[in-house]
Formats: sequence, C-alpha cells, structure tokens
Amino acid sequence: MAEQTTQIAHPLEPFLRKTTIPHIWCPGCGDGTILNSFVTALKELEVNLDKIAVISGIGCIGRIAGYTNTDSFHTTHGRPIPFAVGVKLANPELNVIVISGDGDLFAIGGNHFIHAARRNIGIKVICSNNFNYGMTGGQQGPTTPLASRTATTPFGNIEHPFNLVHLAAASGAVYVARWTTLHVRRMTESIKKAIQKEGFSFIEIVSPCPEIYGKASKIGTAMDFMNWFKKASVIQNFSDPAQAEITAEKIPVGEFVDVEKPTFEKLLREMTAQAQGKVTGGA
Amino acid sequence: MSEKNKAILTGRHFFSGDLACAEGALAAGCRFFGGYPITPATEIAERMARRLPQVGGTYIQMEDEIASIAAVIGASYAGLKAMTATSGPGFSLMQENIGLAVMTEAPCVIVNVMRGGPSTGQPTMAGQQDVMQAKWGSHGDYEIIALTPSTVQEAFDLTIEAFNYAEAYRVPVMIMMDAIVGHMWERVTIPPADQIKIVNRKKPQVPREKYAPFKPDEDLVPPMAVFGDGYHFHATGLTHDEEGRPRTESIKTQQTLVQRLCDKIRKNADKIIQIRETMLDDAEIAVVAYGIEARAAWSAVRKARNAGIKAGLLRLITLWPFPEKQVAEVAKKVKTIVVPEMNYGQLVREVERAAKTTPVTFLSKLGEEPHKPEEILEAIKGGKH
Ligand SMILES: Cc1ncc(C[n+]2csc(CCOP(=O)(O)OP(=O)(O)O)c2C)c(N)n1
Ligand code: SF4
Ligand SMILES: [Mg+2]
Repeated sequence: MAEQTTQIAHPLEPFLRKTTIPHIWCPGCGDGTILNSFVTALKELEVNLDKIAVISGIGCIGRIAGYTNTDSFHTTHGRPIPFAVGVKLANPELNVIVISGDGDLFAIGGNHFIHAARRNIGIKVICSNNFNYGMTGGQQGPTTPLASRTATTPFGNIEHPFNLVHLAAASGAVYVARWTTLHVRRMTESIKKAIQKEGFSFIEIVSPCPEIYGKASKIGTAMDFMNWFKKASVIQNFSDPAQAEITAEKIPVGEFVDVEKPTFEKLLREMTAQAQGKVTGGA
Repeated sequence: MSEKNKAILTGRHFFSGDLACAEGALAAGCRFFGGYPITPATEIAERMARRLPQVGGTYIQMEDEIASIAAVIGASYAGLKAMTATSGPGFSLMQENIGLAVMTEAPCVIVNVMRGGPSTGQPTMAGQQDVMQAKWGSHGDYEIIALTPSTVQEAFDLTIEAFNYAEAYRVPVMIMMDAIVGHMWERVTIPPADQIKIVNRKKPQVPREKYAPFKPDEDLVPPMAVFGDGYHFHATGLTHDEEGRPRTESIKTQQTLVQRLCDKIRKNADKIIQIRETMLDDAEIAVVAYGIEARAAWSAVRKARNAGIKAGLLRLITLWPFPEKQVAEVAKKVKTIVVPEMNYGQLVREVERAAKTTPVTFLSKLGEEPHKPEEILEAIKGGKH
C-alpha cells in the first residue's frame, strides 16, 4: 500500500528565510534556541514583518540576520550597533534589532554599545553570551570567567569578565534582562517586551557553546551546560545589577531594569520641529 | 518656505570649501550626517548640525569615525542619502567599513578634508597625502569614485555630483579636498533647484518574491530596495550571490562578484571621469595637477606662455577611477610632464604609469603651502628642450 505523506508547514516557517537554511551552527549550540525564541516573539506579537530590521555583527550568532525573514544586514565585526543607529534614525518607524555575540558587542564593539545606551536610541540589543569567541575557534573574550581555559588562555584566564547586566544598566539602558537558553519562555517574553518598549533595550542570553568552549573549559556537552544553568540560575528580578555577576555557583537571571526615559528619537523630533522654523542663509 | 527651498539656498554666497561642501550635500538631497569632529573638516559637521534639522534631516555625532561610517551605511540602507566628513586619522578608521559599503553597494559620500600625515601629523596644515588611500585603503580588490575640487564653487558642485555618482553606481564616493580649498573663502553661486541635476538610486521593478538584491541590470548596478518597504532582503559583507546569500567557499561567486563590483566602475569610467584641459592643443610641456595645486599650476602655465614656452595644464577632477586614457593622450602629445603634489609622491605614480615613455618630473611639497607658481614654472623651464 502506497504511503500517503502530507507536508505540514512549520508554524515558524514564515519568519525564517528558507533559502539560507540549513544554518551553520553546531548541534547543541544555544544560538538555535535564541533564533527560535526570537521568531516566536515576532509571531506572538503579530508584528508587521516589513517593519522589522535584524542587524548582526560577525561571529557564530552573527549569522542569525541571514536566517530571519525580515530586512537584515550582516555588518562588520563589532559594528552592528552603529549601523542599526543609522537605520533607526533614518526610519524611526522600523523596529531595529541587533543580535550579536559577546566578543562582537563588548570587545571590539564595546564603545558603540555604551554610547547607544547612553543616548537611549530605540534599538534592541540581544547578546548571545557564550563566554568565548566561538567562530574563530574559542579564544578568550570579555565575558570569559576568571581562570577559565580557552584557546588563548591555556593557563587559565587572568582577566576579570564584564557583568553585562551592570554595564548595560550603568550605560543607561531602559530595559535590561538576562536569561539562559534554558529559560525559553521567559526569554521570549523579554524579547517581546523589548520589541514593544521605546528606548535602548538589552537582553543577555547565556548560551552554550558545547563544541568549543564546552570542551576547553571542561564544562562539557550541551546537556552539561543545561544542568549548570538549571542548578546555578536564580531569578532575581529588579535586584541590584552590580550584584549580578555570573559565577560557577550562581547565574542571576531576570529583569533588572525597566524604566522610562525620553528617547533620542523623541528629543530629535522635538528639536527638528523647533529648528524647522529657522533657516540659516549665507554665512 | 518649502522643504526644498530651505535645503537649496539659491543665490550668491561667500563660503569656505567646507561650508560649500555641506550646502552641496543638502542641495543633492542628503538628509543624514554621521560624523566625529576633526580639523580641518569640523566646519562641515557644524554646518550640518545646524542645517539638517531645518530641512527635516538627521545629524548625529557618533562616538568615533568607525561608528560614523557604519551609521551612514545604515541610513543609506534605510533609504536616505547619507554622508560623513573627516580628515586623515578618521579616514583611516573608516577603511574597513568603506569596504563594507563597497561590498554591500551602499550609496554614500565620504568627505576627506586632507591635512598632513602620517598619524596625527599636522592637523591645521593642508596635504594631498590620502589620495592613494582613497583607492587602496580598505582590503580586497575594489573600485570607488574620488573627486577633488580646486575652488569653493567646485566643492559645492562636486558634492552634488558625488551623491549622483553614489546613487547611480551604488558605491561610496569620496570628496578628497585639501585643507586649503576646505578653509578658503570664495564666492559660490547656488542655482535654482530646478537647474540642479539630481540622480536617485534605481528601485526594484519586480515583486518581493522575485527580488534578488544583488542581481545587476545591464549597467552592472542592481536596483536597490529600502529597509521597511517589504522586500525582506539580506545584505552581508561576506561574498554573496545575487540573492544576498553568503557563498564563502564558491570560487565562481567570488569571481563574479568582485569582477562586477570593479567593472561597474571600470566599464563606466568614460562616463565618470572629469578632467579640464587648458592650452594643451599645441603644448610641449604639460602640468598634471589637482586641488589647490592646479591653481598654482594654472598660474605657472600662463607665466610660461608669456615667456614663450608652450605649456598646458591637465587638471584632474576625478582622481579615481584614474583618468588613465586622458593622461596617456596628453603624454603622447607632449615631450614632458610635470606633476606637483602636496605629498611625497602619490598620484605621480599613476601619471607615470599612464605616460609610459614620456618623462615625468615630480614636485613634492610637504607642509602648509602649496607650490608657488614660480616653483612650477622652474620645473616647466627645466623640461623645455
Ligand atoms: C575586524 C575583525 N577582527 C577580527 C575578526 C575575526 N572574528 C570573527 S568572529 C570573531 C569573534 C566572535 O565572537 P563573538 O562575537 O562572541 O561571537 P560567537 O562566535 O561566539 O557567537 C572574531 C574575532 C573579524 N571578522 N574582523
Ligand atoms: S562554535 Fe560554539 S557558538 Fe559557534 S556554532 Fe559551534 S557551538 Fe555554537
Ligand atoms: Mg561569543
């Protein structure tokens, strides 16, 4: 008897750019979870996809811009934020979302992050924090834990890592959250909130890189990462960002900042309206 | 006053090159400026900070020049005509993202008001030391367009043309203006809006499903959709196919893409290149010069003629693509060529290459003053047989 097969489209298919998939990520990588969570947020919000722009930098997670069925741009290493600033200011109607890595956003691109947050430009930044430079083979980065072994810290990391939640809060972000890839529902809710919020929003996703960092650090497989996340995560909503350091024993997660502050775009609009009455002639 | 009238200050003005450049940009339709202060280009940023809000545009001072050019590319993809202005140190910082603009075919204009280098060099002194960097500063094979004004009026006119080229060819266009032209004050006439030629990028003529963002038309330039228009397209600095998909291991894609990015400029060079020839018809000695040096050269050529020497001037307005054919034609007619530059030997290399066997004398100048006409005249006399 001939078997009948019916093709049922995946409910998230309209949100993915099918022509660029299969993706490049390793099995067990957290980046797939972030993509899933992100497009689920888009679906649940029923946003107009025409008005979403996804901007990424260079790194494993940086490939995500190519996988979303929106306008998207895969910039240079470290520069998705200033590119996104240009897009947002040129067309404030767009919801501009930067998704990139810990190295991209906080080493080479750190300066752009703090200034976009300070200006409160209404872009959303999602960081896949996998504690290392995945794409280039697992070198130490700005979030690598002290003493951790990586390809470039064979004797253990002697640098103190950033507490990204604290950095974002101190720089002026109006929404700051941290989740791990274990917290899929909460991550999705935070992304939805960030998309709807005006002003500079930041979500850190603690994410496994089992293929490279997992091996070097001896954390182990994707399963081992999940077990660590499960054991160490503590939900501490609106607790002091300064106390939100990630350690082997504790990963403080939750929403840390949710405040209102005039956005750059709003102040720009007001200033422009004022200036339009005045015209400078010859010098 | 209408938005357009506010942007185009029709009439006669007394401007510096920097101000003329800013007004040229506004007249061309520039509505986004991202920059970072640096002598001797700061006046462009300051003018834009005042003028852009008046015409409903956006000025932002970014945290550095890397961010400035990144924001300009972003604004361009979101549909605005966008520009930045800097000098040598900032121009160096921009190089990686200039490559990104080339690779993703983002129309944009970059002004470099050239001071003395290397490094922090001579911030308040003029130079022509970045003209090679304009072409070769970013990694990989690519072509850009670079224009250089000799007068303040030209700073205005060429900035409009820079935007037109950027839009027509989807390429970064550079205004390489020495700090003397940048800071010099002269009369500028701004024509009525309807007499200013404006070029806008080609829009896609196909529905969203059929749009391939990097599929070129016959002129080798792909039509450009804008973020927010519903095309859902992807752009990347990675080697990509016509759909915009990364193809990092495909030899064929790399060859096709790099060749097209270069050829869209090379094959249109005759349409792009602008030169001015003065008294070259019967000339035995030609001076090839650009920017402020061309004005000294013009004076030297007149003095030579008064002394009965058959000298002429080839003034380069387009530096890149280099006017190779035009220089070669002049070289065939004359016995010798003199090239004065405010550097230690840059564009002269291109002139020598194009001139083939015709001897070329190079005059170097480092520091504030351009060559005195007498110095160029001496060289003309030296080359007289
Ligand atoms: C200017 C520049 N320097 C270095 C690189 C090489 N590079 C590519 S990705 C990367 C690090 C990526 O790390 P991260 O942002 O954490 O992303 P991940 O791969 O871990 O997801 C580096 C250093 C580059 N592409 N460009
Ligand atoms: S190297 Fe690490 S971060 Fe990159 S895809 Fe593999 S698991 Fe993910
Ligand atoms: Mg990383």
